[in-house]
Order: sequence, then structure tokens, then C-alpha cells
Amino acid sequence: MTELQRQLLNRLQRGLPLVSDPWGELGRELNADPLALREQVSLWLEDGILTRFGPLFDVERIGGAFTLAAMAVPEERFEAVHQQLLELPEVAHNYRREHRLNMWFVLAVSDASTIEPTLAHIEAITGLRVFNFPKQREFHVQLYLPV
Amino acid sequence: MNTPAALSRQQQQHLRSLLERGLPLCSEPYAELAKQIDSDTDSVLACVRDWQEDGLFRRFGLVVRHHALGYHANAMLVLDIPDALVASIGEQLAEEPRVTLCYQRPRRLPQWRYNLFCMIHGRARAEVEGEIAAVLHRHQLAHYPHEWLFSTQAFKQRGGHFSTFKAHAVDVGRHD
Repeated sequence: MTELQRQLLNRLQRGLPLVSDPWGELGRELNADPLALREQVSLWLEDGILTRFGPLFDVERIGGAFTLAAMAVPEERFEAVHQQLLELPEVAHNYRREHRLNMWFVLAVSDASTIEPTLAHIEAITGLRVFNFPKQREFHVQLYLPV
Repeated sequence: MNTPAALSRQQQQHLRSLLERGLPLCSEPYAELAKQIDSDTDSVLACVRDWQEDGLFRRFGLVVRHHALGYHANAMLVLDIPDALVASIGEQLAEEPRVTLCYQRPRRLPQWRYNLFCMIHGRARAEVEGEIAAVLHRHQLAHYPHEWLFSTQAFKQRGGHFSTFKAHAVDVGRHD
């Protein structure tokens, strides 16, 4: 990664200037050609280094809800249960973690009232207890991964 | 600056659905959006700034894949903090640069005693473990019951079905 690429990535993680010509402003800040900066972001999106460019909506502010949930899945059933969750559109992410509660997943739904029935459905199809960990309070972080 | 005209409800809805796909990659993205919703640049910018101030967006900029930047390890640090202290300790931990998510969540006794959940990223496992030890030390938290759960696999999901939640337009706490 070049020094300019590093600077651009780090700068954009702190947010895009909300002005009519954001690339011009970034170009002045980083002393670089605005078009080159824009093309670089476009390449990163193609490469998958970036998954998104622009606003990231707050799911709760646009009427939806999400929760974190976990299950203790017997090792010999792990793959099968993972496949069952894969079929459910409400499951947004699923992680294997090193713990007795070894499957951790995020439910994202467009209507908060469907969280509980979805969790009950998962318990019914897997025969396993689901522990629901809805957020009670969020502590705001500055998401910044320097490169 | 010209006084921007307020967008109609339909224009706002249209603008939101366009923004859910991302910001157009052109030199004047708001002029491009304005053209599509039959408005002008200043009015679109004013609306987007209002939304930003209102907290409709979690962030406005990039979403990076941690793995692609070399951040290959992540652990969820969970602590059992007395209820009276959890808010102040949560705020302190959220200030830590390597803490990428920080939430208070319910205990599930007797199986789960922890009420504070923090995600910590690093380039490698040893680095994350070192960071956890340092964070616990800096904030004098090591005497509270705690554990950390490394992620060993992140599973790809098939896309969701509902249009409001185009997989990438919302923050659903992804960790990879």
C-alpha cells in the first residue's frame, strides 16, 4: 500500500466531508488529484477491501431491529445447525466462537416484533436453547482501523 | 449558501433508497442524486446533513473488511460488572481504539453471568490477547469476572430478503 493509499483509507474511515464536491476537498486535504482518489475508492470496492461507500444507516432508526444470540451446539451437530441457520433470511451473521456457547449470530429484521418468534423458531427447528442478548445500552466507539 | 428547499416526503424516500445503495462515485455526487429525485444540490445536501445530525446514519464514509486490511483476529471480551458501574466502565472501554463494539447486554443466569460485551480486533491472535490484557490493566478491571471468546470462523449468509436491509446498508454488528 502506498503512503497516499494509507492516508486516504485512514482519512475516509473518519467520514466523508458532507459537501457538494467531497473529492475536491479530500484532494486539497491530502494534496492529491481528486479523480485519482475517486478511482482508488472504486478499485477498492471492486477488490472487496471496502464493502460500502456512503452512509451506513442505523437499523433501528429506519424501523428495524437486531439482536445478538448464542447457542451451545454439540460439536457433531455444528455443521448441520449452521446449515439450518443459513436458510433463515433473518440471520445476518453467524460466528463460531471458542466457548461452550459456540455459535453466535446476529438477527436483523425489518419489524422488531418478529425477533422473539424467530428465536422461538430457531429453538424449535434445532431443539437447542437460544440465549438472546439484546443490547440494553450502546457505548459509542470510533471505528477506526489504522493501516 | 442558498436557502435549500425542503424535500417532499416522496423525494426524501427516493433519496433514502438511492443512498442505501451507496454514494454515487462521481465528482458531484449530491448533484447526481438531486437530478434523480428532481431537486437541487443544496436541498439534497441539507437533507443529508439533517439526517446525519439526527443520527439516521451510524457512519458516513467507508465500511472496510477487517480481513482485507490484515485484521485477522477478533475476540469478544465479556465482563461481569456490577450494574451500578457498567455505564461508566462501558464508556471508558468504548474510548479504547481497538474496541470496535461495546454494549451492555442482559445476563442469563446461571449459564451466562456477563453484562458488558466488547469486540476487539487485531492483526493476529497474540496481538488481541496482548491488547485485552493491556485494556484490563489500564482500566483496573482484571478482578471482575471476565472471559474472551475468539472467533474461529465467520460464516457467509445468503442475502436477506427485505429491501430495507440491503445487506450492506445497515450496521448489524458484523465483525469480519
